Amino acid sequence: MATSEVKVDERRIDPATGEYRVIAPGQSFLSVTEKITRIVLTPHTPLGWFAIFGIAGAGTTMLLVALVWLFLKGVGIWAISQPVAWGFAIINFVWWIGIGHAGTLISAILLLFKQGWRNSINRFAEAMTIFAVVCAAMFPLIHVGRPWLGYWLLPLPLTMQVWPQFRSPLMWDTFAVSTYATISVVFWYLGMVPDFGTMRDRAQTRLSQYFYGMLSLGWRGSVRHWARYETASLLLAGLATPLVLSVHTVISFDFAVAVLPGWHTTIFPPYFVAGAIYSGFAMVLTLAIPLRKFYHLENLVTDRHIDNCGKVMLATGFIVCYGYGMEAFMAWYSADHWEAFTFWNRAFGPMGWSYWVLITCNLAIPLTTLWSRRLRTNMLFMFILSIIVNTGMWFERFVIIVTSLYRDFLPSSWGTYRATKWDYMTYFGTVALFTFLFLLFVRFLPMIPMSEIRTMVPGAKIKPKVTAEAGD
Amino acid sequence: MPPREGTYGLLAEFETPGDLIRAARQARQDGWRRLDAYSPYPLEEAAEAIGFTRNKVPLLTLIGGLMGGVAMFSLETWISTLAFPINVAGRPTYSWPAFLVPAYEWTILWAGLSAAYGMLALCGLPELYHPLFNAPNFRDGASTDKFFLCLEALDPKFDLLESKKYLEEFAPVSVVEVEY
Repeated sequence: MATSEVKVDERRIDPATGEYRVIAPGQSFLSVTEKITRIVLTPHTPLGWFAIFGIAGAGTTMLLVALVWLFLKGVGIWAISQPVAWGFAIINFVWWIGIGHAGTLISAILLLFKQGWRNSINRFAEAMTIFAVVCAAMFPLIHVGRPWLGYWLLPLPLTMQVWPQFRSPLMWDTFAVSTYATISVVFWYLGMVPDFGTMRDRAQTRLSQYFYGMLSLGWRGSVRHWARYETASLLLAGLATPLVLSVHTVISFDFAVAVLPGWHTTIFPPYFVAGAIYSGFAMVLTLAIPLRKFYHLENLVTDRHIDNCGKVMLATGFIVCYGYGMEAFMAWYSADHWEAFTFWNRAFGPMGWSYWVLITCNLAIPLTTLWSRRLRTNMLFMFILSIIVNTGMWFERFVIIVTSLYRDFLPSSWGTYRATKWDYMTYFGTVALFTFLFLLFVRFLPMIPMSEIRTMVPGAKIKPKVTAEAGD
Repeated sequence: MPPREGTYGLLAEFETPGDLIRAARQARQDGWRRLDAYSPYPLEEAAEAIGFTRNKVPLLTLIGGLMGGVAMFSLETWISTLAFPINVAGRPTYSWPAFLVPAYEWTILWAGLSAAYGMLALCGLPELYHPLFNAPNFRDGASTDKFFLCLEALDPKFDLLESKKYLEEFAPVSVVEVEY
């Protein structure tokens, strides 16, 4: 497709590169700082914020109700049973963890690749990661049946002298997810420390001065501190990159290590990681598009960001597509009767509709439309598409878990799966909890990293001639 | 440490990063050693200009990572072979390939925590009070859009009047004295 022929607003294009600008022209250190701090430091909370916060709060309450009932009655209130013992809980766990991956990808991998455009969106993408991990980590814990014994997963010197069994992928999960959560929080917080310094200096009320002053740890912007800070950020990015790849790999081991047809395959680790990034970028768009409109951040989160997210989704979407293709191919090439049956049953069995929802949402719609630059910079289209892809990715996990389990080797043990209202309440409850936490984040913390945006403002970079002059 | 009194240093304010770096480089060349520069975003050239080119964060990260990995692998080996040996499908009790995954995660965990806490410790943070916060123009600008060079009173070359004149040669916006 000839993208150069598409007419676009000239001011949004950088004449030097022909690309969309990362931030709009005419920004200064002060304007960037004011724009971002005002959202947080204003005493006036927008009414729309309260409205969504109220809905999200109600949803979170629904989650609490569902959890209390679960703890009273046990996991029998969910639809899980034999043969489908891993229902919504594990679907949601994998889905939420996957969503979190894009945050780490944006903050770590794109930092290592020196992709300057990431600076505007990395903070809230990291926040998205953390809240997604909060939602994700809850599911295995409540799924174990006796969540108050969850600490048995940890290698603690208990009086009964029972220790965890380290050959199990479920133990690997414990360490992968807890490390991921910890490193994500540390990376996110460290990124905010200089911005908390700015907030402290610009806060008008005593309470907010104390609040941001404490959080800033006394940051004063010494260049020695900045030098160490930059080293630490780069190291954390370098560590988070293999970490994020390992997390979804370990989660895919939960499936791939089992001998079940449909799970026992070597394509799972890369296919899970690509799927995670695909759904995570979709979630970034779901959050970024309304946020930039609501808070008028179009100058900082520009069309370039949305365009680039679209490109990343196109690339990862094709890796996912390859994964689906490989599953189908291996079903035939393995010449394994059960493997072939599982695939056939997935696509054409009683739950075949879920497979076609997944193909439509993940492949048919996004991979045909995302080629167009015009569509990639159409906000309404990208917002709807992001919802479609997230739905598709949820169905991917549904297909992997339910359709592999409900018809296994012995026809006498075949069953079916139909989620109960408690399943739905827990699932939509975590969506509400995620929104709830995210709204608190945009209200009280700087959602765009000011110190990183400042490096992109004209005049921030030292011109070579200045250095030459200083030398003489 | 007993509370200090008197002058902490002289603080010169600059409008642009280029001015700051020029001044910092000159001061360093003229023999100043107790000096620091402040900017609202990471400014690598300024750190180099005051002679700060290496830091110990990578070393701490390496040590932390190695310790984390070794600790987890040893723990797994001890648990699986000595403390609680169980036979899972006839696999050896010392099944080291399976132990690599948690050891790998802990390498990253402790390397990351060492990088973060090591950086803060080397910077001497958290340090909620600092004499520089006494300067109103520092509070207003250092974290937003202004650039500062501070010549500290601990430097043997420091003399309140002479050093003030010296700083004014760089044409800063202002030079103020900062008290403890």
